[in-house]
Amino acid sequence: MARIEIEEARCKGCGLCTIACSRQLLVLSERINYQGYTPAQITDQEKCTGCALCAEICPDLAIVVFR
Amino acid sequence: MQQVFKRPVSLKDVQTHFCPGCHHGTIHRLVAEALDEYGVQQRTIGVASVGCSVFLYGYFDIDVVEAPHGRAAAVATGVKRARPDSFVFTYQGDGDLAAIGTAEIIHAANRGEDICVIFVNNTTYGMTGGQMAPTTLVGQKTSTSPYGRNQSKDGAPIRMAELLAQLKGVAFSARVAVNSPKNLMDAKKQIKKAFRYQVEGKGFSFIEALSACPTNWGMNPLQANERVGSEMTDYFKLGVFKNVENL
Repeated sequence: MARIEIEEARCKGCGLCTIACSRQLLVLSERINYQGYTPAQITDQEKCTGCALCAEICPDLAIVVFR
Repeated sequence: MQQVFKRPVSLKDVQTHFCPGCHHGTIHRLVAEALDEYGVQQRTIGVASVGCSVFLYGYFDIDVVEAPHGRAAAVATGVKRARPDSFVFTYQGDGDLAAIGTAEIIHAANRGEDICVIFVNNTTYGMTGGQMAPTTLVGQKTSTSPYGRNQSKDGAPIRMAELLAQLKGVAFSARVAVNSPKNLMDAKKQIKKAFRYQVEGKGFSFIEALSACPTNWGMNPLQANERVGSEMTDYFKLGVFKNVENL
């Protein structure tokens, strides 16, 4: 059981987390945040293993991981 | 459930000015994690350079000196000699370290100053508008090489990590990248090792970190990240070029 939280206001929509996730659980959303970027979102929280690779590769420290 | 990933203590909880997909943010975090690991935050003096790395004082919760363009290694020499008990590192870009600061870095390394140098190589002058740097790859188009870098006119890109590894004063020299989880984990290890050398008083350590600059390369973040893993690592090979512990 693991969970990630994406701080949307921090996310710059670079998409690096989408290629770091080994299960391809992260995608960029259609929404626009206050910075004008489309933040990342998780598609299936249940499948997340909490490996924290998305958080490791995030240049903006926008992802918090719980396991 | 426990929080397994959090912001290092040495890194302030603020938004950075870096463009989307820029690796500076990741490299900042790895440096902060290494500072936390050795518990040196309170006695650390960072030396910032000119370029995108100029706002170091705004992002790190440590004391920072702002050096004139290219002179970070010389300023760090002074800081370390005046305050030998402090932990000193410089954080410089390639326009700063490999172009205007070549004399300073080579002589600081040759003297074997007890400092760490983090050199962020993104093959261009990031903040000033993407001009050609000494590290720009052959054929790469920049605002001052619109037809691509010409080797016969402009020379070949400088490999700083290998160059400095030849100097006797250097204790540790490595090149890392943060474009993939695998490279990132290795980068974390090497940065910690470089910092440990100063904690143990072993001498000058140098880390060259390859970074993407999507804005000035005219690419989107993922394409730029891909370029680091292909074109850049083909020329700038990752690895450890000198390690006094193995000599």
